[in-house]
Parts: sequence; structure tokens; C-alpha cells
Amino acid sequence: MSMPYYVAPEQVMKDRAEYAQKGIARGRSLVATTYDLGIAIVAENPSRSLHKISEIYDRIAFGGVGKYNEYDQLRVAGVRHADTKGYAYSREDVDARSLANLYAQYLGNVFTHEMKPLEVEVLVAELGSGQQPDQLYHIAYEGTITDEERFAVLGGDAETITERVAASWKADWDLSAALKAARAALAGPDRTLAPGDLEVATLSRGNGRIDGRRTFRRIADEELALLLA
Amino acid sequence: MGLLRQAGTEHAPAAASAAVAASAGGAAVAALAPAPHATTVVALRYADGVIMAGDRRATMGNIIAHRSMEKVFAADRYSAVAIAGSAGMAVEMVRLFQVQLEHYEKVEGTTLSLEGKANQLAQMVRQNLPLAMQGLVVVPLFAGYDTGRGIGRIYSYDATGGHYEEADFQATGSGGRDARSTIKLGWRDALSRDEAVDLAIQSLYDAADEDSATGGPDLVRGIYPLIAVVDAEGYRLVPEDEVAERFGTLVARLQTEGRRV
Repeated sequence: MSMPYYVAPEQVMKDRAEYAQKGIARGRSLVATTYDLGIAIVAENPSRSLHKISEIYDRIAFGGVGKYNEYDQLRVAGVRHADTKGYAYSREDVDARSLANLYAQYLGNVFTHEMKPLEVEVLVAELGSGQQPDQLYHIAYEGTITDEERFAVLGGDAETITERVAASWKADWDLSAALKAARAALAGPDRTLAPGDLEVATLSRGNGRIDGRRTFRRIADEELALLLA
Repeated sequence: MGLLRQAGTEHAPAAASAAVAASAGGAAVAALAPAPHATTVVALRYADGVIMAGDRRATMGNIIAHRSMEKVFAADRYSAVAIAGSAGMAVEMVRLFQVQLEHYEKVEGTTLSLEGKANQLAQMVRQNLPLAMQGLVVVPLFAGYDTGRGIGRIYSYDATGGHYEEADFQATGSGGRDARSTIKLGWRDALSRDEAVDLAIQSLYDAADEDSATGGPDLVRGIYPLIAVVDAEGYRLVPEDEVAERFGTLVARLQTEGRRV
């Protein structure tokens, strides 16, 4: 008769965390920062169609790093949550905090109860309005949630990239300066990143389409090259 | 999409029971005044896209229920939807339609084709068929700019969800026949934007002249029909000042012509 081995819970958690961290570290990182007109999100991503950054709602954007299929599933769930809530109540009632909490709960549950943790980190960014400041929620693979008002870095190399962003970050800098700093932070001292290697999107005030509701906009190609020049 | 549809049906019972209650109160009135649509909305193609316009009156039998109702909406950036029929159901349908289009765009990362949007709306009209049989008919008019083909296109609907692409123009609602006659006489290929806006204004004026359920320009309160333009730059409303000015020109012309009839 075989006896199941006893494995200490500490060990189980440690193994899972290590597994998730390794998975996340394989992918490229993402930087989100506030600037004078809103929030800019920059990810290292050579693909034009498989996005790391997406629109969730009028003033809310999503960023994901790690395994594409896993964070994309979270993104779709987020869009559904926001659209359903906005339809049932009002567009004003959709906020990033509730969405970030939802992600944190889901990631936390999967981390403790499932065989395999999700190998993702997620960003929920919300453009402030009126008295409310811009808000960046960073949710890690095990459900830890942190909120930032200046910048956030997601991905395997987050610590060193955070140091680089912190060194250059300025309040109310313009979009061009913010994007250049984000690119330099992602690249590090030994590499250079071309505009084509980056995926960039903004949530920006005074950027409204239709009736000024949807503030999310992708920046690519010539426009991006011009801003990074 | 699935979840959204669930959300839609989840809210439908509440909306339906409210609407039935309203119609029960209005049943006697409805029997006296059988006109099912209390409105006039028009759409016409012009050189760069489409114009969509609608009057502002909502009626309950012979009573004016609302003087400044909006019947023309942006469905998304490149399309517009106008409604005729039971106001409560219609506005709710537009709201759900707008959410569906935006939801699709965000989840899929691309917008639906204009044809796809028209089909989606048809399904929603068809879902309303049981209520339409009880008198709560919704008949929308859908128009937009086909970004792939670079032209404006118009779709009309019937209560069963049947939808038909129109060649150049269409009008619906109780004053639709009158409005359509005016557009038919004035329409030609490649109208300019200003000519098309003037034609829409003239058609709504004529509809209001003949149909009691269609509101004309309200000079006292400053309420004018809503007119939207959809072209390569997207959906936008013609500014109210401009609509007022164009109505003013029309009225002045009619006065100098000395019309009595």
C-alpha cells in the first residue's frame, strides 16, 4: 500500500509561487505611468494583433503580462463585467476598484485551490475625473493587489525596471517624455527598442470619441515614432 | 456576448411588465387612435455618407407625452439608429444595441461590419415580436458609413425583424409617408451635405404639417428636430443653431410664397 507523501503547506505555496514567477519572467514587461493628460501604458510586444494592453471601459484600461491565453481570458471577463454593470446601472457606476478586487479574488483563489497558478500579472488603470486622481492597480499572480498613483511596472524584471522608472519619473511630464522614459526603462542600458517593438496606449483627458466617453486610444506607427523621436 | 444577452433577458421581464402596465392604461386611447407609431424618422444618402433625422414629439393617444424626446442615437462611431414605435421598448433596445456593438468591438478588437450591425439589430427586433403582437411595436431605422466600401448605407426594418437595405432613402413612423414623398421629390445622386440637411428638414416639416403625432419646429421653446451626419469622420449631430437657422430659412421662404394650404 502506498502512502501519500506529506508536503508542508509552506512548501506547496513556495513551489507554486516559483512556478508562476518563472512563467511570468519568460515574457516581456510592461510600464504604466501617469502624465499631464492621463495615463500612458507601454509594453514590449512586437505583435500588432495579440495585444497586452486593451480597453475595458470608458476610463479603464487593462494590461497583462505572462501567458497570453491566461491574461486574455481575464481581459474578456473584465470587459464583460464592466459592460454588464454599465448596462444594468449607469456608465458612471463602473469603476476600476471593483474590477481590480474581482481579479485579485480570482487570482488568489486559483493560486490556493488549483493545481496550477495563473502565470500572469495584471494592471487595471483608471483615468481620474474631478477630485479623483489617476489610479493604477497592480495585481500579482497570487492575488496581491497594490495601488499606485505614479507608475507601475509588471513582469519578470520588474524590480530593476522600477528603479529605472523611479529615477526618471516626473510629475506632469508630457506624453513624449513619458514614452521615452518608459522605453529606456524597458530596454535597459544594453538594448535599444524600436517603435515597432512597443505596444502603446493611453487613457487621456480630452481624447473623447462619439460623445467624449471612451478615453482609450492606441498609439502606433508614425504617431508613435514621432513621439519617441 | 452570452453573458450580455443573459443580462438583456434578465432585464426584459421588468421592462416588459412596466410597458404592459402602461399600455393597459392607454388601451382605451389606443383603440380611439390606432396609429401605432408616434413619430417620424428619416434617413437619406448624400455624397459623403448618410443623414439621419427625427422629430422630437412622443404621444400617448391624443396626448403629447414628451416634447423633446431624442429618437436619433449614435449606435457606435460609424452608425446611427433612429426609432419609431413604443418609446420605452425602443429606447431600451437602442441601449442594448449600443452595448452589444461596443462589447463586440472591445472583446474582438475590431468593429462589426455595417451588415453585421444591421443583422444584430434585426435579431433584437425579432425578439420583440411577442410584444409587438400586443401592440408594443418597435421599428428602427439603421444607417451608417461603410468604412470598407466608403459609402453610406441605410437599412429599414419591420416588426418581425425583417430588414431591407434601401437604395437611397427611407422614412418610417406615422409621418413617414409624407416625409418620404418630400425626399423622393428632392433627392438626387450625390447631394451635398447642406442640401441633404435641408431636404431632411423640409421632409420633417411636411410630415409635421400632415401628421398630428409628428412635432414640427417648436419656436417658442427652441426645440428642433435632431439631425445626425455619419460620414468618414464618424457620427456627429448637426449643431442646434444651424438646424434652427435652416428651419428659419424654410419658414421665411414658405411665407414669401404666400402659401395657404
